[in-house]
Amino acid sequence: MRKFWVVLFHTYTSKLRTKQFIIPTLIAAVLLLAVTNLPAIVSLFDNDEAKKVMVLDRSGELFQPLSDQLEQSTDNIQLVKTGKTEAEAREAVQNGKITGYLLLTLNKKQLPDAVYKAEKIAEQKIPGQLKTALQQVKVAMATKQLGLNPQEIATVYAPVSFEETALEKGAKTEEELDFARGAVYVLMFMLYLTVLFYGMMIAMEVATEKSSRAMEILISSVSPVKQMLGKIFGVVLLGLTQISFLCVVGASSLGFMGGFDKITQMFGMTNISGLPVSMVIYAIVFFILGYFLYATLFAMLGSLVDRVEEANQMLMPVTMMIIIAFFIAASGLGNPSSTLITVTSFIPFFAPLTMFLRVGMIAVPWWEVAISITLLVATILFFIGVGSRVYRGGVLMYGKSTSWKNIKEAFVLSKSEKI
Amino acid sequence: MTLKLEHVEKRFGNFTAVDNVTLEIPERQMFGLLGSNGAGKTTTFRMILGLLQPSKGKISWQGEQINYETSNMIGYLPEERGLYPKLKVRDQLIYLGRLRGMKKPEIVEQLSYWLEKFNVPEYMDKKVNDLSKGNQQKIQFIASVIHQPKLLILDEPFSGLDPVNLEILKSAVLELKERGTSILFSSHRMEDVEELCEHLCILHKGKQVVHGSLQEVKRAFGKKNVVVHADYNLEELKDVPGVENFRKVPEGAELQVADEAVSQRIFERLSNKGFIRKFELEEPSLNDIFIEKVGEVYA
Repeated sequence: MRKFWVVLFHTYTSKLRTKQFIIPTLIAAVLLLAVTNLPAIVSLFDNDEAKKVMVLDRSGELFQPLSDQLEQSTDNIQLVKTGKTEAEAREAVQNGKITGYLLLTLNKKQLPDAVYKAEKIAEQKIPGQLKTALQQVKVAMATKQLGLNPQEIATVYAPVSFEETALEKGAKTEEELDFARGAVYVLMFMLYLTVLFYGMMIAMEVATEKSSRAMEILISSVSPVKQMLGKIFGVVLLGLTQISFLCVVGASSLGFMGGFDKITQMFGMTNISGLPVSMVIYAIVFFILGYFLYATLFAMLGSLVDRVEEANQMLMPVTMMIIIAFFIAASGLGNPSSTLITVTSFIPFFAPLTMFLRVGMIAVPWWEVAISITLLVATILFFIGVGSRVYRGGVLMYGKSTSWKNIKEAFVLSKSEKI
Repeated sequence: MTLKLEHVEKRFGNFTAVDNVTLEIPERQMFGLLGSNGAGKTTTFRMILGLLQPSKGKISWQGEQINYETSNMIGYLPEERGLYPKLKVRDQLIYLGRLRGMKKPEIVEQLSYWLEKFNVPEYMDKKVNDLSKGNQQKIQFIASVIHQPKLLILDEPFSGLDPVNLEILKSAVLELKERGTSILFSSHRMEDVEELCEHLCILHKGKQVVHGSLQEVKRAFGKKNVVVHADYNLEELKDVPGVENFRKVPEGAELQVADEAVSQRIFERLSNKGFIRKFELEEPSLNDIFIEKVGEVYA
């Protein structure tokens, strides 16, 4: 057991000091700081002056109502009434004095028609706002022509009352579901990234050890199982360090800037403390299981390569599997009770994401979760067994072409060996 | 404290890498394992270390199997040199030493001792990548002996070293032997084995062709070498019965003879022919034995 700890702490401390760990962590911290301060940053860039739009009002009566209407909705646009000709207005646009100009006329029905001209029309915000404002002016004029009073108009435009209610017992309400969808998505994405990042790290670690041939000394002093698990746990510790560091950075940034409410508003999250405890627990459980499953696979494959450069090619199928799992799960966000999601939530390679998605979003019978977790644990144990044997065989195998066939060879080589 | 191999066999599929090898390595002795590439030396070592299980036969050390329980008492220098390229020598050895059950202060103390002995104390804080190959080999040797093993297994320890470092390493190995370590090493350099070993074994295609103590092996071989330096033609010596091999050299000739009696006949034949500057009866060299037994030249 002592040697397990030696491997664990060596993995941890030596990785902690590497560029491969420090740089991504710092990048993540910077991104996190950016995200937590997003509202401040957005307002920093958005703070520029209102865009000037010249209005060539041929009707003589549209400018005022449009100007009033626009004032209510935005202060981004400053309308300037002008008696200039279109050619002059065009010149003003080309000189950059104004952003664009609006030609207003009345059509035969005495309703407004408009043409907006600007240097580029790729920017959608200004014409969009102008259009909305003008639309309201038009509605007001049209209803006035029809002789409707404002109350009647309000009745016409009042939104229909439409509510969804789930009949199943324990099912989530619509609001809960929206919230769960957001939370599940964030957690799923984190799970996916973590497994990929740290799985690769383990594989690279093992491959480096193998290619530098340091492994042969190692397996003569520590058993492959202890070695492999020591590494996997060492990297877990590393991951925890990274996550806690980012949490501290994120939390203190939010705390200092008082940006917490702004963030939750921005992402439409009403109340983050509404995250159910069970979801957090499931997230942790599936996190750990998913990590161990893939970490074991990655460690096993890492032991089969001769050179670090070959590692990526070898890892490809497993990497693809994680990506597929993520896409399946992402597709299930809109429809968590689909057959695909249900079936894959029992397949250990996908279960960490899809079963988590199910328990996060719909009511799943406890025994289904239990079966899924049991299968997952069994698969992990199976791969620890196979992995450590392949690992031991792989260490002694050099110079063969790198392929998945090596798994069998390495397995056979260490067959009947005691682990 | 003896290491015993009894009728050990290792097969990989249809290929027999080690075939019925029986060895005994007494305590505090140096044992040389000779053989050309692919003779089964590394496989034998891996079986002794418990990294591979023999298909047949038994291996025991102090009456027990070697496994991870005993690994703190065993030192191993693999043939393929390998250390962590990006770690400093100190960190590297601390890790490897702790995996052999040592404590940090002890490791640093031993490491300083060995670096001093190899005249490279300045390597303590260097990265392995920055060292030359020969120097990396020294570090790796230190890694295999830092925990003062009772049994030390060295796979081709002397290959690729310059003469100065070769001598330093040999003296280190001898020092360990004095301190009570049993040492088993492989080599394809006959002179190393001749110089250092009390016992030896020659493997050829997995089979044990010669084994025993150095004197026993030489005595059992029977054949001797005769060196004659004279200024006249020695070709006729080819026809003396019992001469098995004749080789002309600038100063005269070197002959291999079936036994000592043949050398007397040669001496008689030459005594009336003229002046002989040198006449010497030599023990066969390991190289001669190796060539004879393995049937191929190996230098």
